[in-house]
Amino acid sequence: MTQALFYLTAFVAVMTAAVVILHRNPVVESLALALHLCTIAFFFVLLSAPFAAIIQIILYAGAIMVLFLFVVMLLDPGGEGKAGKVGRGQLYATILGAFALLAALFPILVGYEPSLPPTPAGYGGVESIGTLLFTDYLFPFEAASILLLAAMIGALYLAKREID
Amino acid sequence: MVPIGLVLAVSGLLFTLGVVGVLIRRSALVIFMSIEIMLNAANLAFVALSRAHAGMDGQIFAFFVMAVAAAEAAVGLAIIVAVFKRRHSTDVDQMALLKW
Repeated sequence: MTQALFYLTAFVAVMTAAVVILHRNPVVESLALALHLCTIAFFFVLLSAPFAAIIQIILYAGAIMVLFLFVVMLLDPGGEGKAGKVGRGQLYATILGAFALLAALFPILVGYEPSLPPTPAGYGGVESIGTLLFTDYLFPFEAASILLLAAMIGALYLAKREID
Repeated sequence: MVPIGLVLAVSGLLFTLGVVGVLIRRSALVIFMSIEIMLNAANLAFVALSRAHAGMDGQIFAFFVMAVAAAEAAVGLAIIVAVFKRRHSTDVDQMALLKW
């Protein structure tokens, strides 16, 4: 059962990623990306990380995708047209490089089959993650808050600046 | 039981798709979406390895990656809107001012 769900999710994830990079309509691409992010959240559920899955849906499929769709609607959604094509040489080089990367990665990754240890109680839940965040990872947590503040100020400045 | 090696393989495949998207598309918005795909592939590998060791550290790291992705999306999309206001295009080949 879990295996079948895993293969189905993997198929949908790869297909939606392919739609994102190949389709010509930015609105379709945004919606495919939203579905892709939801499949990643489903992977998190399968890997017994429920809180990460919820945050993935709220933050990515909610907040970030709304930003993306908002910008797509704000700008011209007509697509790239002729000027947006890359040269033939770059296309072939990209495909070759992608195959080389996959050929290097796959034999190592597929062969990795550890015996899964049993998870402790409350694994991946709100309580255990909150405890870790406010004890062992307190400094990165505060650094992330400063990063988000800086990003907020930067985005506001960029959006409000007058064009001269 | 979820096969961890296959999850890592899917993560590698998605990362490769993101790299291909960055290289073959010239619209800044689509390049951004491909970067999101790559970040998510990395997150997937983090959570899978976290499960393989029954520890929580990989999940915590995935949260920090999400925070960085949120910051990057906010600032990056603001930059795209600012560039579009000036040039009426999001084609990255036209933003070659700093290229020698």
